[in-house]
Amino acid sequence: MSARAQRQAARLAATAGRLATLTLPAQPLWAAGARAAALQRLGAMGLPEKRDEYWRYTDPERLTAPETRPAEVFRITDERPMYEGIDRLRLVFVDGVFDPAQSDPVEGQGIEITRLAASGEIHWARDLYGTLEAAGQQPVARPLAALNSALATDGALIRVTGVVQRPVSLIYRRASGTADVSLHHVLRLEPGADLTLLENGPVGARSSIVIEADLAEGAVLHHVRTMGRDHQRKAITHLFARLGARARLKSFTMSMNGRLVRNEAMIWLAGEGGSAHLAGAALGDGVFHHDDTVFITHEAPRCESRQVFKKVLRDGAVGVFQGKILVHREAQLTDGYQISQSLLLDENSQFLAKPELEIYADDVKCSHGSTSGEIDPTQMFYLRARGIPEDEAKRLLVLAFLAEALAEIERADIAEDMHLRLRRWLDKRR
Amino acid sequence: MLNIQNLHVKLADEDKQILKGLSLQIAAGSVHAIMGPNGSGKSTLSYVLAGREGYEVTEGSATLEGEDLLAMEPEERAAHGLFLAFQYPVEIPGVGNMTFLRTALNAQKKARGEAEVSSGDFLKLVRAKAKDLKIDAEMLKRPVNVGFSGGEKKRNEILQMAMLEPRMCILDETDSGLDVDAMKLVSDGVNALRDAGRSFLVITHYQRLLDHIRPDVVHIMAAGRIVRTGGPELALEVEHNGYADILAEVAAEAQAGAQA
Ligand SMILES: Nc1ncnc2c1ncn2[C@@H]1O[C@H](COP(=O)(O)OP(=O)(O)O)[C@@H](O)[C@H]1O
Ligand SMILES: [Mg+2]
Repeated sequence: MSARAQRQAARLAATAGRLATLTLPAQPLWAAGARAAALQRLGAMGLPEKRDEYWRYTDPERLTAPETRPAEVFRITDERPMYEGIDRLRLVFVDGVFDPAQSDPVEGQGIEITRLAASGEIHWARDLYGTLEAAGQQPVARPLAALNSALATDGALIRVTGVVQRPVSLIYRRASGTADVSLHHVLRLEPGADLTLLENGPVGARSSIVIEADLAEGAVLHHVRTMGRDHQRKAITHLFARLGARARLKSFTMSMNGRLVRNEAMIWLAGEGGSAHLAGAALGDGVFHHDDTVFITHEAPRCESRQVFKKVLRDGAVGVFQGKILVHREAQLTDGYQISQSLLLDENSQFLAKPELEIYADDVKCSHGSTSGEIDPTQMFYLRARGIPEDEAKRLLVLAFLAEALAEIERADIAEDMHLRLRRWLDKRR
Repeated sequence: MLNIQNLHVKLADEDKQILKGLSLQIAAGSVHAIMGPNGSGKSTLSYVLAGREGYEVTEGSATLEGEDLLAMEPEERAAHGLFLAFQYPVEIPGVGNMTFLRTALNAQKKARGEAEVSSGDFLKLVRAKAKDLKIDAEMLKRPVNVGFSGGEKKRNEILQMAMLEPRMCILDETDSGLDVDAMKLVSDGVNALRDAGRSFLVITHYQRLLDHIRPDVVHIMAAGRIVRTGGPELALEVEHNGYADILAEVAAEAQAGAQA
């Protein structure tokens, strides 16, 4: 046996050992087949390891270890809750379990929501659960997403048939020392549907969240995720989205601190004229390790995609970006843009980027760029020479650095809330 | 107002002396011009006064209204009323011009213990001043100096000066890159600010600007020193004969001095 085959055999044996200890959730009944299939997928590919090309910059060990230490209970009392002034439909998950008592009544025109754990015997999500995740295992394996499909205990199943003004706000809370939490949300946006989906709050000590989103023709999904203030966070997330003709997706993530975060996105532009924007602003100190891994596939002509990822790193923080644009032969007139940048506030921090283009169509416009830099001393002096103190000048320049990513948040009220958080983060780190 | 005595400046991380014993006194309300060949140290003087890093003062002093400028941070100098209109205004993508102006104005007010300006008052003020300088609303909305033409950048410097109302204004080659109309706008902007309590140091290469901004005193600078001081007629002399004559005279005097 070659060394490589031996390593793979060892990996599969270790994975099989792990899987043998797991029990799949019994609910909902309709998902049993999908869960078993996911487990089988995972068994065939094995859990990720540091030597995998896709995990070169982020060691998956802390995500795959059998046990993780429970996190401390997390309660924020010293600041205004996120999105407080914004009218939204709140769905609260406490320690990974939907809590109807803390949530708003699930009602509204053009929207239908059920929770995964109690979704009856037959459900529309049955045709979707695990299918985008399974499709997303090619061309690069995402074993932790398969693990999530198998194990997720709860989540929101959201079907949208019209234009929904009120954002759906998924709020995570940690009330006990929960260690592992797996949530799996499924979204189906029917033709012309329009939804804003918010996510925020501390999940478990270690969390895995998968979103599978199917956007029919002309549907619009605006997704804004905040990962703030939870210093113990070890999180892996996957967003799988398939876009029909003229569908639009915007997904923005703001991350501030935590230990290890990897946000993966796998997007298919499957119908003509679709548009997908993925963006993120990440700020962190010290042990912060933040990884954005994005894969956008252009399958149909005349689609547009944008990736804008910015990271502010200090005191030894590590930022990772792996971004790929894959353009199929049929996807003529593709407009693809990708930028990843880091602002290193000191010499200890580092940024690792792997931008990739793979293009099989001949009439496309694709650009990508990646930079890593410091605060520009000339700009700094200009601001200070006008009377702006050093701290404030630095804050302005950091916000300016993030501006292109923040511009991907469509709603002004949400963007404003985000600005407030950013300012506070920067204020605390003068 | 501004009192510079025997100022010696070298580059901080290079053994290169740029200013070599420069002295200059500017009284409140007066306008001084400094002219001199390229590389004589004019911009260095303005940067050292404004507090830019990279220079080291090895000897001498600079005070503003009796207070030691060289001991202050750049933002403190600004709050004390020093303003430098940059030879090369800096582009800052992502920071809106309005945000920049308001942050600067309020930071200075705060440092001086004055009340901050409300957004309503600020808007009124900036619109009025921008109008005088023919700066349109669109320009105010854009990021600081990004996509501005050379002339627009210089007008933007004057707008900042008008908003911040400094006591001591240093203009470093504000005329370079300006066409005749822009020069007139900029000069009118400067002249509108002339006041018994405000002084100007106008650094320029050409006499042209001094036709619009009439100086009280003209200095010629060469090799890091003021080598001649006179009235407005000195600028005309430079305009007609260039620097060569004056520099030759200075060299001859120096030689005579050394021999005596
Ligand atoms: N930061 C710097 N690094 C290297 N050389 C400098 C720096 N600043 C000024 N100099 C040098 O000092 C001299 C004076 O420059 P400057 O003050 O710009 O003159 P001026 O404005 O009169 O043209 C020049 O020889 C210039 O190259
Ligand atoms: Mg100069």
